[in-house]
Amino acid sequence: MNTVKFLSLAVALTVSTVAARADMLINGAGATFPYPIYSKWFDEYHKLKPEFKFNYQSIGSGGGIRQISAGTVDFGATDGPMTDSQMESAPGYLYHIPTVLGAVAVIYNLEGVIEQLKISPKTLADIFLGNIKMWNDPKIQKDNPGASLPAQPIVVVHRSDGSGTTYIFVDYLSKVSGDWATKVGRGTSVAWPIGLGGKGNEGVAGLVKQTPNSIGYAELIYAKQTKLTFASILNKAGKFVEPSIESVSAAARAKMPSDFRVSITDSKDPASYPISGFTWLLVYKNQKDAVKGRALVDFLNWMLDEGQKFASDLGYAPLPAEVNAMVKKTVAQIKVK
Amino acid sequence: MSSKGWGDVLFKNVTLLFSLSIFILTAWIGWELFKNSKLPMEKFGFSFLWDQVWDPVQEEYGVLPFIYGTIVSSILALLIAVPLGLGVAIYLYELAPPRIGNIIGFLTELLAAIPSVVYGLIGVFVLVPIMRKAGAPYGVGMLTAGIILSIMILPFIATISREIFKTVPQTLKESAMSLGATRWEVLKLVTLPFSFSGVLGSIFLALGRALGETMAVTMVIGNRPEIKFSLFEPGYTMAAVIANEFTEATSDLYVQTLIQVGLVLFAITIIVNGIARYLIYKVAKEAEVVA
Repeated sequence: MNTVKFLSLAVALTVSTVAARADMLINGAGATFPYPIYSKWFDEYHKLKPEFKFNYQSIGSGGGIRQISAGTVDFGATDGPMTDSQMESAPGYLYHIPTVLGAVAVIYNLEGVIEQLKISPKTLADIFLGNIKMWNDPKIQKDNPGASLPAQPIVVVHRSDGSGTTYIFVDYLSKVSGDWATKVGRGTSVAWPIGLGGKGNEGVAGLVKQTPNSIGYAELIYAKQTKLTFASILNKAGKFVEPSIESVSAAARAKMPSDFRVSITDSKDPASYPISGFTWLLVYKNQKDAVKGRALVDFLNWMLDEGQKFASDLGYAPLPAEVNAMVKKTVAQIKVK
Repeated sequence: MSSKGWGDVLFKNVTLLFSLSIFILTAWIGWELFKNSKLPMEKFGFSFLWDQVWDPVQEEYGVLPFIYGTIVSSILALLIAVPLGLGVAIYLYELAPPRIGNIIGFLTELLAAIPSVVYGLIGVFVLVPIMRKAGAPYGVGMLTAGIILSIMILPFIATISREIFKTVPQTLKESAMSLGATRWEVLKLVTLPFSFSGVLGSIFLALGRALGETMAVTMVIGNRPEIKFSLFEPGYTMAAVIANEFTEATSDLYVQTLIQVGLVLFAITIIVNGIARYLIYKVAKEAEVVA
């Protein structure tokens, strides 16, 4: 008897969920880096407009690009802009809609060094290329005159899984070091000249925390939450800047191309932290489904106004006002039948 | 035909269908892996198997460092887990008082139920620092992966071997004892030879698990696609690279190359199991001759 009751309850629950979902389900997939803010947004938006439910699968930027190109989802999300050939192979024109900004912190584990480490771009590239092998190398010492750097080999730690964090980091190294650009290059996974691979932010952070004299990189939010020590980096304007919501936002105050497919690493802005990047939603310019298309546009407009307020609480930098205004113009150009 | 006959025929055919589904599934997996890795086959051919470069930016791929890492870490795991697992099984079956035997048996089975990510975390936070103190420069590396894997496959060897020891006919053991054999001699001359093929089977089941283990290995092996002969150096395995890079692989060639890594892993698993079958068959035959 109890089983029967339970079963009928289960059936009733399933039916009611299906009925609720039948309202309007908008599917998206892609980047893992902005997942916390996206799920917050979709949740808040659902409270506002219960008839729309956004379903977001954080399967990685690569998967997001593949799925939106195949048309299996209504929107995609990526941490690295699509390449020209990827844009061409998609069945329609895809807008890159910047949503928030993130940064990559250079984390390290150095016993006995109390002050925040300062690193200049060339030195950073040389450490990750394996050219600078010891912590007390004159190049590092020069930027940190007061620090008692140990005469120990540097243990480099990087991400082993493909990730947008890696993309932003190596994109920066490619800009500041010709050696890096020719020997390694840009990508969500690269052939690292040296070092250990950790899986995910937690893998890299775990290795850095445990390995004396190590250096690695992780998302700023992650580095802050787990209280890792991170370095300040010399930016293009010649200032050592540590990553923060303000310095990351400043990096986006650069000249923006109209399609937003831009890397903002190594920004010229004097207040900017140089290893910063956008994360984008991928939306077709011509929306085939009128109802879903309109719902998407409405959501994007809400995201650019109300939504931005949630960003800093979750450790992301909101879009600077001038970029926000540009993005709104792009959203207005989305065609819904 | 009587109704009972019909039931037999029906039962036989239904179960035949079930058995065939295993064959079809295996063949299907192989075919799908093969079909979806055409691009790298055309581009790299067989050199994919012995190339050592893995560069997603230049789209140059070779799988040898991953094959090396997979096989070496699995063999290390077996070297540790086989003596340990057999020792546990023998103690539990032959020597342990029932109460202790039950407790240890239960705990051994519990080891198999722990998710691999938990093993990985234990590896990162407990084993890696110990390894560093023991002299491994990074703590992570091939040997660390082998040790974690050995703990993961230990229950397979221990529990299955114990069950197999239980199938040794009591009469055989009693006859040996009546001839004045000691416990050790009974074990050596009766129990182990009688259950040899079964124990070998358990070892190969464990090896299969070790070859395919992904999460725990990737967390402690260092993820560096290079062939280094020191066991303290980092390495990489096939399953780990697929799990790590698949989500962010954007180009078709990249995705298909990762699928091809899966195909190579599939082939290696089949070869290993084939060797296992052959060994068991050979041993069984020799046993027949002796009998």
